[in-house]
Amino acid sequence: MISSHLPVLQVVVPLLAAPLCVLLKRPAVLWAFSLIVSILSAVMAYLLLQQTADGNIISYAMGGWAAPWGIEYRVDTLNAYVLLIVASISSLVLLGGRKSIEKEIETARLSHFYTAYLLCFAGLLGITITGDAFNVFVFLEISSIASYALISLGRDRRALTAAYQYLIMGTIGATFILIGIGMMYMVTGTLNMHDLAQRLPEVSNSRTLMTSFAFLFVGVSLKLALFPLHLWLPNAYTYAPSIVSAFLAGTATKVAVYVLMRFIFTVYGIEYAFTALPLSAILMLLAIAAIMLASMSAVYEDNIKRLFAYSSVAQLGYMVLGISFLSVAGLTSSLLHLFNHALMKAALFMALACVMYQQGNVLMGNIKGLGKRMPWTFGAIVIGGLSLVGVPLTVGFISKWYLILAAIEAGHMLLVAIVLVGSLIALVYVWKLVEQGYFQEGDEKITKQEAPMSLLLGTWFLVLANIYFGIDTSLTVGVAESTAQQLLGVSP
Amino acid sequence: MEQLINVILLAMLAIVAIATAKLKDLFATIILFGIYSLLTAAIFVSLDAVDVAFTEAAVGAGISTILILSTIALTARTEKPSTHSVFLPLLVVIVTGVTLVYGTLDMPGFADPDAPVQQHVAPRYLNDSINEVGMPNVVTSVLASYRSYDTMGEVVVIFTAGISVMLLLSSVKHREDELGNLKDLKHHPILLYVSQIMIPLILLFALYVQFHGDFGPGGGFQAGVIFAAAFILYGMINGIDNTRKIFQNHILRWLAVTGVILYIGVGVVTLFLGGEFLNYNVLTEDNLAGQHYGIFLVELGVGIAVAATMLSLFLTFSEVRRSQ
Repeated sequence: MISSHLPVLQVVVPLLAAPLCVLLKRPAVLWAFSLIVSILSAVMAYLLLQQTADGNIISYAMGGWAAPWGIEYRVDTLNAYVLLIVASISSLVLLGGRKSIEKEIETARLSHFYTAYLLCFAGLLGITITGDAFNVFVFLEISSIASYALISLGRDRRALTAAYQYLIMGTIGATFILIGIGMMYMVTGTLNMHDLAQRLPEVSNSRTLMTSFAFLFVGVSLKLALFPLHLWLPNAYTYAPSIVSAFLAGTATKVAVYVLMRFIFTVYGIEYAFTALPLSAILMLLAIAAIMLASMSAVYEDNIKRLFAYSSVAQLGYMVLGISFLSVAGLTSSLLHLFNHALMKAALFMALACVMYQQGNVLMGNIKGLGKRMPWTFGAIVIGGLSLVGVPLTVGFISKWYLILAAIEAGHMLLVAIVLVGSLIALVYVWKLVEQGYFQEGDEKITKQEAPMSLLLGTWFLVLANIYFGIDTSLTVGVAESTAQQLLGVSP
Repeated sequence: MEQLINVILLAMLAIVAIATAKLKDLFATIILFGIYSLLTAAIFVSLDAVDVAFTEAAVGAGISTILILSTIALTARTEKPSTHSVFLPLLVVIVTGVTLVYGTLDMPGFADPDAPVQQHVAPRYLNDSINEVGMPNVVTSVLASYRSYDTMGEVVVIFTAGISVMLLLSSVKHREDELGNLKDLKHHPILLYVSQIMIPLILLFALYVQFHGDFGPGGGFQAGVIFAAAFILYGMINGIDNTRKIFQNHILRWLAVTGVILYIGVGVVTLFLGGEFLNYNVLTEDNLAGQHYGIFLVELGVGIAVAATMLSLFLTFSEVRRSQ
């Protein structure tokens, strides 16, 4: 019974666990409960990935009503792959995060915190797995509202403004997505993605459809923090509680990239998406702007969390750049980077959670001599940073390698140069950290100890994953390649 | 005639919207917002979307007006002069508006029987729902059975909003000093007596809306809001403390959780009975009876969750005010 209901259990288990968290009190129980739910989800996602690996598509009819009358869950490799990313990042972040959460969130608020966390988690899974366009919007609302609340819990009062800023931008984004879905419904009479894909070509001349695509694209770009709609992201990641930053950096924008891919490739179809608007050129230009400008902003940043937040905007640029090539190689690099960047940023923000735990801030001026005070934490930051730059033996290298291959294949030598320059800028800001941490003398009087074991363990799990998947790429490259082929309708 | 009504309603909507943007007095703005929602509800009625109109009137004109009013009681009554340039926002709004108009130019005409929305999934909902689901109200069939999973998501959205507000406001310190107690309105005899007559009627109406949703406009969302409205009225007139005697925080929390779990729980039960998630057919031998039970239970879950969340939003806001 369980295996045939796997798709719905993937979302319903965390969705049911969330309200139950409200009734729990003890911090340890809350943490263990959320962690178990998260790990269960990761296992289910892995099983789904296995079931879909050979190109199988699992369809699940909610309420027993066949699509398009009812809501359908439709799982292919792409869904399962993103589900696995979201669920495993959440598990690893929670695994190490307990001490940090309990230090940064007041005890009285813990049960509501874990509730909101699981709601956000279930929302992200729900967006990823569904085959119904309106259902995307419903779960987008759940994850968004929960993430606004989670961000606002940062200890710095500016967390409130950051959450508010994100709330306004996110709500505009969600409304645009809703308008887009509504207009699609207007011209086709269906909300099911698969059904939409079949019916949209008949109405491809309609202005309504073109408008729906424009609204949907802008709305998803807002959630994805695609340059220049990224302005909410740096503050949100900077002032959110450390664990929330780690979780969101590894999952939320990745899910938005997934939604963009799903609508471009599956729903509207490549033919429409890339001819109705000069989408390829738009994506390419925005991606280049994101890579260059956001990376430059990161160099001049004094708050390390914001530094990595700007770097996230740049990294999202790499993913979008891969999409803009409209080739199997390009899409493979985007999908790889989806996974790899989630690992890098989760590791880096977890390491920053360790720093935050010990010294209460993550300012550039205060990490002098950190390499001596917290050798393990700082080691994690350095390896994560190298992965960000794209040094061989890390996942970052794999992403960059495939992206450059795709650029060469498409004949864009200028883009190869831009990817390399982007990596050099990343090297500059990572070097700034290394210089502060290893080569500057810290304040002798402060002899702080290393972060707690559990936090380090979670961080290093992620760091080792950065190295492991940088060496053994059979899982990631294999899945990414076959998914890219599926999306582009190329038989392997 | 209908056209004239629509023109007047839409013109009033535009006037209210411009006035809302122009006014600096936030109290007036909020009242205008309420009027805006009421006008929208009227437009929905003229579009024959009675269920939506019902929700808009109850939530938009009712509860959200009260919640925003409680918010300005905590902040300030007039808007601070903005220092931002209006150029960029105006440009964005104009571009969005022009795109929307452009997109709707060749949309199918209103109530056009050949429009795709009338041709594809709708015929089955209209013709077969009475045999497949057994509800005279097609809206309820779609909402609580065909697309029940979306509705479950919407209940969770409301629950999430409630949790979020509590997370945000739980950090505000509750000082109990001489300024502390919110003045009740018991010394206004007219308010007191009118409310005493009204509250039982409102509660009765809420129950009617809850259980009559299968046949006419209504259902859990509207009923939950109306139910909460009765107690909010009581709280405003007889004092928050008196309301709190029944609805303490932990009770409301339990109720909200119960509502959400009742909905998801029905889905879990259908799983164990061998059906798909939320397939009510498996609840009993007879499919239609199963649909009936299922819809009854999930609507009840919606009603409980919505009422508890709305009430706790109101009470949480009022208690913050009490401390400042």
